Amino acid sequence: MSADHHDHKPGFFTRWFCSTNHKDIGTLYLILAIASGLIGGGFSMIMRAELHNPGIQFLMDDAGNPDGQFWNVLITAHGLIMVFFVVMPALIGGFGNWFVPIMIGAPDMAFPRLNNISFWLLVPALLLLAASAVVGAGAGVGWTAYPPLSSKLFHPGMSVDMAIFALHLAGASSILGAANFITTIFNMRAPGMSLHKMPLFCWSILVTAFLLVLAVPVLGGAVTMLLTDRNFGTTFFAPEGGGDPILFQHLFWFFGHPEVYIIILPAFGIISQVISTFSKKPIFGYLGMAYAMISIGVVGFIVWAHHMFTVGMPVDAQAYFTAATLIIAVPTGIKIFSWIATMWGGSIEFKTPMLFAMGFIFLFTMGGVTGVVLANAGMDIAMHDTYYVVAHFHYTLSIGAIFGIFAGWYYWIGKMSGRMYPEWAGKLHFWMSFIGINVIFFPQHFLGMAGMPRRYPDYPDDFAGWNEISSYGAYLVGFSTLWFLGLTIYTFTRGKKADDNYWNVQPQTMTLEWTLSSPPPFHQFEIQPQVK
Amino acid sequence: MAENTEFSTTGKPHPYHIVRPSILPLLGSLAAGILAIGALLFMHDIKLGNFEFGLKGVVLGLAGVLAVMFFWWKDVIFEAVTEKAHTPVAKIGLRYGMTLFIASEVMFFVAFFWAFFNASLFPVTEIGNVWPPEGIQTIDPFDLPLLMTMILLLSGCTVTWAHHAILHGNKYDAVKALGLTVVLGIIFLGFQVYEYAHAHFGFTEGIYPSTFFMATGFHGFHVFVGTIFLAVCYFRTEKGHFTPESHFGFEAAAWYWHFVDVVWLFLFLAVYVWGGLIGVHPEITG
Repeated sequence: MSADHHDHKPGFFTRWFCSTNHKDIGTLYLILAIASGLIGGGFSMIMRAELHNPGIQFLMDDAGNPDGQFWNVLITAHGLIMVFFVVMPALIGGFGNWFVPIMIGAPDMAFPRLNNISFWLLVPALLLLAASAVVGAGAGVGWTAYPPLSSKLFHPGMSVDMAIFALHLAGASSILGAANFITTIFNMRAPGMSLHKMPLFCWSILVTAFLLVLAVPVLGGAVTMLLTDRNFGTTFFAPEGGGDPILFQHLFWFFGHPEVYIIILPAFGIISQVISTFSKKPIFGYLGMAYAMISIGVVGFIVWAHHMFTVGMPVDAQAYFTAATLIIAVPTGIKIFSWIATMWGGSIEFKTPMLFAMGFIFLFTMGGVTGVVLANAGMDIAMHDTYYVVAHFHYTLSIGAIFGIFAGWYYWIGKMSGRMYPEWAGKLHFWMSFIGINVIFFPQHFLGMAGMPRRYPDYPDDFAGWNEISSYGAYLVGFSTLWFLGLTIYTFTRGKKADDNYWNVQPQTMTLEWTLSSPPPFHQFEIQPQVK
Repeated sequence: MAENTEFSTTGKPHPYHIVRPSILPLLGSLAAGILAIGALLFMHDIKLGNFEFGLKGVVLGLAGVLAVMFFWWKDVIFEAVTEKAHTPVAKIGLRYGMTLFIASEVMFFVAFFWAFFNASLFPVTEIGNVWPPEGIQTIDPFDLPLLMTMILLLSGCTVTWAHHAILHGNKYDAVKALGLTVVLGIIFLGFQVYEYAHAHFGFTEGIYPSTFFMATGFHGFHVFVGTIFLAVCYFRTEKGHFTPESHFGFEAAAWYWHFVDVVWLFLFLAVYVWGGLIGVHPEITG
């Protein structure tokens, strides 16, 4: 609609380093997420190669002894990079920046300059985190960084402090970005777009942003206390000084549990858009979907200690945290069933984004069901820190969030770049990912049930069979990632030009990005659209 | 969501403020990165040959951060005052932004209050199962801390006086009231420094000083920031930046000041009065 404006794009340095444009900043976030994804994915390839066979393959120190610290450094870097530098930048920073303003009919974000520092703070954060893995003995503390393992006694070097500062910077970035999204959504909706008419992707970002504003500062406080314990002689987490290491776990998971919903909610939003578009039906139970996300967000704040059932918690507390956690299955079930009901009777087109969305529904349900199992304190005490937990959270995050990212990527890449990906190549990417990721993680349920613990580079021979299969799955996913990279480069250089509404989005499921050119003008909606 | 008739800096028919490209976010991130690296070099006593980093990196990074903040807000004030870019709708956005920032600050303090109550409600054997811990001589809350409470509450009154003066276009009173608020903030900080210097427990002497100094210390830092914020408003009032209709910069400072004030009331009641005078003792808790 506004293609009649000629775009005033600034020069290269100004455009990409001084940006105040939500689409360009979104693009920067996506580039950072892909780069970090290759690093974090590379770490997991090393891990699966090490676990391919019993015994130690690669992780040896100079004297040839097994190096468990090296393993711990790998899992720490893998976890932190995937959470803070892949999934969050892609879903919130990337797609959120690109499409929230467009979908609500706004010309940009509320605070464009703040938007840019939210992105750029991630760069020193990522560099600090990557460096923490290679400086000295590395930070082998897991993404949870529990003391006393993360205390000065067991990690005397600089690495843990580098990881702490990386979290400070990434946390500041998240808080500022979240405040920006909330303000944008509350204050900049086009005339006629009430909250109850807003696309579900915007709802998902709105709820996510509230979780970020309220949860991330608590992590900031926790790691600040860890920092002063390590370097300035406080004793928050040191029992010999009257402190309590369990306090760190409470603070961490008070942040950490909302964090896992921060990761998955934007994927929910994308899946809703995709399912609706390719079923050619408005989403079933729109209001229920929006309020389900709100209730997931609210209840997500009062279930944190289900991550800590084994710390010696009173049985009443275990009962409470079990019950509260199980309640989350209700709004999550509303979402799953509403997606299915949306597809029911729809005129379904199986394009790549729809395949990823359907894969998401099927497999996120799997992860949700194992989550219900683990929510029970009695079960969890047996399964805690086994591969069953690893399988559970990779079904929700690796398959859930990453499939959400890919669904969004294929859905919107034509809109963002102006070029279409080759459909067959996208479908092949889906099938390789879908099969590969299941081959990795499904056997890990069996390994966990059989008692294989997390966070070890070696295991008894009994576990060899499923580990080998799991590693083959990882190689397939590794190959599919390279396939995705090649496909992306092909799309950007040779892809067919994309129409404005290349998915033929129907009026009943229309969102505003399909009313714009592909790619959209540098500043869209200078004349505000009127929503019915 | 507003009428289409307003025009922002872009001259476009929408009511939003489209900000020009700026180098400051990039420089700010760079400075924050230098500050983090500087702190690492300081904490781990890193030397390069004969060169000791000491606090040099911290100072450099901090100077960079402060410079970016200065020029960033200078730009914001220019856009607000000279360019009139802050339309009524954009101002609502600023209100949302400040509210959310304060909400995140509240959650930051939640972490330290959590640490305090975790340690004080369930005192461990190492500190004698009592709170305040054995051997800790606490600060009498009804001595200096009560005076500091009164000072902050009074400063809450003076900042409200300044607000009313601005609303009535009374620049003389507004400047006077803001000046008083800033002075009260400085007096509070002076008393806090005095209190720290005369405390009978050191920073590294266990969980009581840990929670006490970190909670009150971060509060003191926020008083410091709020005082600077109000001081900026003092000079902006003198320059006539604030009108009865448009003075959000001042309101943001006042909100922040009230937030800092409320945190202090919780600190005073929880840490000083309850945690210092009453606490937890075996004969009470069984």
